[in-house]
Amino acid sequence: MEKLCTDPRTRGVSTGTTILAAIFDGGVVIGSDSRASIGGEYVSSKTINKVIQVHDRIFCCMAGSLADAQAVIKAAKFHLSFHSVQMESPPLVIAAASVLKDLCYKNKEELQAGFLTAGWDKKNGPQVYVVSLGGMLISQQVTIGGSGSTFIYGYVDAKYKPNMTKEECLQFATNALALAMGRDNVSGGVAHLVVITEKGVEHVVVPGDKLPRFHDE
Amino acid sequence: MALSNSYETPAPGFNFDNAARNAALEGLFDGGQTPKPLKTGTTIAGVVFKDGVVLGADTRATSSEVVADKMCAKIHFISPNIYCCGAGTAADTEKTTDLLSSNLTIFSLNSGRNPRVVMAVNILQDMLYRYHGQIGANLILGGVDCTGNHLYTVGPYGSVNKVPYLSMGSGDLAALGILEDGFKPDLELEPAKELVRAAIHAGIMSDLGSGSNIDICVITKQGVDYIRPYQESQYKHNRTMKYKYGPGTTPVLTEKVVPLKLEVVQETVQQMETA
Repeated sequence: MEKLCTDPRTRGVSTGTTILAAIFDGGVVIGSDSRASIGGEYVSSKTINKVIQVHDRIFCCMAGSLADAQAVIKAAKFHLSFHSVQMESPPLVIAAASVLKDLCYKNKEELQAGFLTAGWDKKNGPQVYVVSLGGMLISQQVTIGGSGSTFIYGYVDAKYKPNMTKEECLQFATNALALAMGRDNVSGGVAHLVVITEKGVEHVVVPGDKLPRFHDE
Repeated sequence: MALSNSYETPAPGFNFDNAARNAALEGLFDGGQTPKPLKTGTTIAGVVFKDGVVLGADTRATSSEVVADKMCAKIHFISPNIYCCGAGTAADTEKTTDLLSSNLTIFSLNSGRNPRVVMAVNILQDMLYRYHGQIGANLILGGVDCTGNHLYTVGPYGSVNKVPYLSMGSGDLAALGILEDGFKPDLELEPAKELVRAAIHAGIMSDLGSGSNIDICVITKQGVDYIRPYQESQYKHNRTMKYKYGPGTTPVLTEKVVPLKLEVVQETVQQMETA
């Protein structure tokens, strides 16, 4: 996935971020940092929420311009809700990802926002989708995004295993976010993680001082 | 590293474009002072406390280096339970909050309910996003509704953040220092008012664009207490003489009267109905 949001042309508040999502045995973990910045120099918020619930078992992580991402997610929530009422059943994760993809692709000239969509549905179980800046939609087992992701490609490639347990996956995600936040100046704050399984949704927040430390810290 | 005041990554090497322009400008002023860059300034802050929300603002409106208004009101009424502080272009914040207030009044009349803060935020976000940053309004929205006490910030591009305390405007960093140091969850009313007052005061002292008096607005379930001014500026100057000029101040040297010759081109008569 290409680098997002180190582009100083991002208008207004940028989420300059680290986001990730990974499938484990029986569910999916999606998480992000919590820093919002302006111009790559000023932290405008230490506690911004980038993991948004778009439906009961579907969450999205946003990257890029905060204004654009929030606007797209708002529209997506509406479309999904309407779709779900029409179909009289909860939407599939791919439906959520497609809605986002459609909005990003049709408005690619004006928008500067990318998303990770993760969730659980009855038909296909746990899934993770990536919608990039220009509107590409692909499905992956594990994916990372945002400006901080460049620093953890090696860690993710080496440490991710399919069919981990929930605890292993949570530890993997926390470590990855902590490593990225440690190296990227526009990622930081707390680590927001959400675990989605058939049974339900669990929020895990790891405050900055409880993040795992590595050898040089 | 890109500078925060430029949207393009600077090209390598020297750029002498502005030197020619500066030389031309200096010529216009004939050795006098060239104009200083325009600075609009404000310090606004908000804090969520135990029973509600406290909003604060300075009262200076500037036009270049002149204080245009020493007592301008930066805390705008949105609805009986929601007030909004505005920083940025004064006209934009004024009109945006007016529009929001009108829309919410219509909603209240139609639905019979008090508007929720989150609804006001959504309307603002939709509108500002549609204009893609052309409306220069940095707003702090605070209010109390049936779901609790809320404080939101809305940026000019349409980004929204829900926070327990915040400051905006050119004096925001000075005020933020005070807020970061003094904020605790569930403050009582008097400490909350004092915290906001101290934050605005820091903005007034450290920022040239902020000054004059401090306005405070306390919103609780019981009602709104809009204290204007909460604290007056220590540097008040009373007018030492009258500035009105009576007739005869300016001597009349010559007088010339030229009667205008007018022709009647068209005459229409409309009967007025008085029944």
